[in-house]
Parts: sequence; structure tokens; C-alpha cells
Amino acid sequence: MTRFLSAALTLFAALAFAAPAPAQLLTGETPTIREGLEIGTSTSEIAITSDFRGADLTIFGALTNADELFLAIGQYDVVVTLEGPRDFATVRRKERVFGIWMNTRSMTFEQVPESYSIASTRHLDDIQRASALNSIPVGIDHLTLSPTGFVGNASLLADFREAYRRLKLTNGLYQRDTTGVRFVSPSLFRATVRLPANVPDGIHMVHAYLFKSGEMIMQKDLPLRVVKTGLEQAITDAAHEKPIAYGLFCVLIAVLTGWGASVIFRKE
Amino acid sequence: MTVYLPIAELSVNIFVILGMGAAVGFLSGMFGVGGGFLITPLLIFYNIPPVVAVATGANQVVASSISGAITHFRRGTLDMKLGSVLLMGGLAGATLGVWIFSWLRRLGQLDLIISLLYVVFLGTIGSLMLAESLRAMRRAARNEKLPLKRPGQHNWVHRLPLKMRFKKSKIYLSAIPVVALGFGIGILTSVMGVGGGFIMVPAMIYLLRIPTNVVVGTSLFQIIFVTAYTTMVQAATNYSVDIVLATILMVAGVIGAQYGVRVGQKLRGEQLRALLGLLVLAVGLRLAVDLVLTPADIYSISVGGFGSP
Repeated sequence: MTRFLSAALTLFAALAFAAPAPAQLLTGETPTIREGLEIGTSTSEIAITSDFRGADLTIFGALTNADELFLAIGQYDVVVTLEGPRDFATVRRKERVFGIWMNTRSMTFEQVPESYSIASTRHLDDIQRASALNSIPVGIDHLTLSPTGFVGNASLLADFREAYRRLKLTNGLYQRDTTGVRFVSPSLFRATVRLPANVPDGIHMVHAYLFKSGEMIMQKDLPLRVVKTGLEQAITDAAHEKPIAYGLFCVLIAVLTGWGASVIFRKE
Repeated sequence: MTVYLPIAELSVNIFVILGMGAAVGFLSGMFGVGGGFLITPLLIFYNIPPVVAVATGANQVVASSISGAITHFRRGTLDMKLGSVLLMGGLAGATLGVWIFSWLRRLGQLDLIISLLYVVFLGTIGSLMLAESLRAMRRAARNEKLPLKRPGQHNWVHRLPLKMRFKKSKIYLSAIPVVALGFGIGILTSVMGVGGGFIMVPAMIYLLRIPTNVVVGTSLFQIIFVTAYTTMVQAATNYSVDIVLATILMVAGVIGAQYGVRVGQKLRGEQLRALLGLLVLAVGLRLAVDLVLTPADIYSISVGGFGSP
């Protein structure tokens, strides 16, 4: 009887302790395992040449100390973004005034990336709730768009934010690829983000985010320089740094072209 | 083949730009106009930002006007004194124009004002030109002669003070309307990217009664310096002169112009003017349609903060 009782107790105890064990694992509180994320890019500099038509940037990454079980059931997600230089952006809205369409309202957003390309293992909305993504922030729909100055009403702000995102997506400066990150082995991944033809030059930042069961647990950043090369760079520099000399040179070319043509064609 | 425009910051097809330059050059040679009023709208139709289109257009006019001015200088059909007085007004006008240009750009109304100005000017000039040439054709068909207009006839312009003697033009004229005309044209040069010959030549002939033989050469003289000055000021304040775009346009333009001149010599004056009138009207109409039609997207983005209206 006592043997039976003790056996039953042991079984009960085993059952009682067996249940919370996986739960503890799922919340990720095991202190001994700390995942790591390493990334590297195919290049650290992209050159805008005269025939530049956009480029792809490949980011390689490795997951270290990954939990086998989580890996097996696909609880790790990787999101890679390429953020362009930040600047103010003004969105304007047209209205019909006396039959003519003219800009009547405008809103300026503070320090937003001029370009933004994002690749992820799956759709961002399937990885995490919007509010959590907003706080990182990651994702085209979650980028912080804070207006400068006074904004009339909330619906106006929502309209302008929506328009900003839509226009950026339309002109290719903002891009997303929900299958852009692929695991090539259980712990190695490869991400491809696209730089459009109209990509701004300057220092861009590659951000890689590691999500575990929807929680962002790691972030790694790498700079990427986008430079206009050779003649293009020389022209841009000259136009902004020595504008008077640049203007004089433009006039000189015009004078030479006009004068040259009149000389060449007179001889014929 | 694409070429990257460093100031416009976009890649364009080089053949489209070459074709545009050659076509406008051909027309400008054929009709004896600078072509700025055609090149700027065409560039805007090809999605070049209006800011760049206007500044680069002014630069292109320098090249297309210079060979004409050289010819007139050699023939002696250029009144330097009259040109210099015009130029004084022109430089002042261009300075004010660039200031207006930057101000409109900050307000976000630059594109609209450029289009509106083009619609108004092209519409008016095109209609006048077409009507006048049709009248001339009708007269020619009926073998009538032009009603004689004596150059000595006076109007209100000739009663203004500050009179000056312009020897080459054989005219005694107040400096006020000359400076004012140059001033107005100067503003148009920097805001619209045109030389302004299409307004200046008729104004000099009909309003100031300057003898026709010196009008074209003198206006070209003024145009060269005002457009060159505008190019400089635009480059210095708005950084919007695209040298790559300008060079392609200029080279194609001056070559096209040489062939245009040859074709132009074979056509009759009034037919030529009727054709130009139609062309000018068509470009103006196209811009007007764009202003009235519901845009594909009522929102637009520009980089940088310009403050709220």
C-alpha cells in the first residue's frame, strides 16, 4: 500500500513538474543560452556610376547559440533593413482651386530616411504586433513619421503619413521583400536588399534584427557608403562647393559650343 | 543607353535628350528663336524636376544664341548701346527673378507658377502669331500690300523723359521703357528659363519702334548676357544647373539648328510663322491640360523642410 502510494506520488510529482518545463522554455527565460547574430555585407561601398541602374546588396548572417527546438519550429525570424541618409521630407497635397490643381496643404516630417529597403523571413505582421514594431522601429509601415510644427487634426496626419509611404513605395525609394531573407542552413542566412536607381548618396546603414518568438532580441548594424564616382562626384562637389566657378564653367561650355558650331558649319 | 544626371539626380536615356535637343535646335534654327520656351516644357514632360529644367534651359539658351549674335555682330546689325541699356534692366530683373524663384520653391508653388506662366505666354504669343500669319497669308492670296506704317510715328512710349540717342538704331528714345523691357525679360529668364526673344522682338518692333534690322541682333546680345548671368546665379543659389544635361542639349541643339536654318530658308515667312504659332500653342495647351486634369496623385514629396504654408 505504501509502495503504491509512493509510486503514485512520484508519478504525480513528475506530471506536475513536467508541465511547466516547456512553458519556461517558450518564454525564453533560460539564462544560459544567449543567441548571437553576426552579419557581413558583400561590399561596404556602392558606386553610382553614370550608367547606374540600381544594385542589389547581399547581407550574409549567422545565428550562433541558436536553440535547436526553436530553430526546428521556425521561431527565429530575421529582418534586414537598409536605411538611407536621413533628412526632412515635405509632403504636399493638391486641391482644385478655380479649376486648376495647386498645392494647398503641406506637412514636413522630421529626419526620415530618404530610402528604405527591407527584407524579412516572412511578413512583418506575422512576426510581431504593430505596436512593438513601431517602438523599434522597423518596417515601412512602422517608421516614425513625426511632423514638424502644428498639425491640424489627426485624420490629416494619417492621410499625409499614408501618402508619404505610398509615394516612397511607388518611386522605388522604399522597398520591401517579405521573402528576402533565406536560411541557407539552419543557422546561416542570406538577405538581399535592393538599392533603386535613384538611391541618394551618403552613408546608409544596414540593420539586422533577430526576432525570437516575436521578440526582438538582437540588433546588428553595419554602415554602407553610397558614393557618386568619378565625374558624377566631381560635378556634384563642384556644384555645391564652388558654385560660382561651376556656373562660370557651364557658361564657358555654352559659349564654346555655340561659337564652335558657328565656326565649324561656316567652313562647309 | 542611360546617362546619370548628377544634379537632377536621375538616370535618363541619352538618345531621348539628344533627340529633344536636336529637335528644338532644328526648330530654333528654322524659326530664328532661342528655343528656351520649348526646351524647358519638354524637359518637364520628361520628368526632369522643373527647378533643374529652368536653370539648365537658361544655360542652353546661351549656346543657341551665341552663333546668331556673332553673325549679327559681323554684319553690324547689333546696337551695342541699346543692348547695354536693355542689359542693365535685364540683369536687375534676373536677380529679382532668381529671388522670386527661390521664394516660390520654398512655398511649394514653383511648379505651378512655371506652368501657369508658360500657359499664359505660350497661349498669347502662339495665338497672336497664328492670327497674324493667317492674315498675312490671306493678304498674299489677294495680292494686297502691307498697310504702310511710318517708323516715325509716335506713341505714349516716346513722350517719356530721360531720352537717349541710339546712333546705330537711328532712334531717339527714352531709356525708361528700354530698361523696363529688359527688366521684365530678365525676370522671365530666371523664372521660366527662356531667353525671352519671342516677347522682346515684337515689343521692340511694335512698342519701341526700333528699326527691324537691328532688333534681332540686339535682343540676342541682351539674351546672351542675361542667360549667362542667370546660369551663374541659379548655380550659386539653387545649385540647379545640370552641366551634363546642358552639354548634351547644347551639342545636339547647335547641330540641329544648322539644319533648321537651311530648311527655314526654303519656307515662306508667313507659313513659317503659322507653323511656329501652332507649335507654341500646342506646347501651351499640353501644359494647360496638365494643370486642369485631375493628377494621378494629389500628393507629392520633396526632400527637405520648407516649413508649412
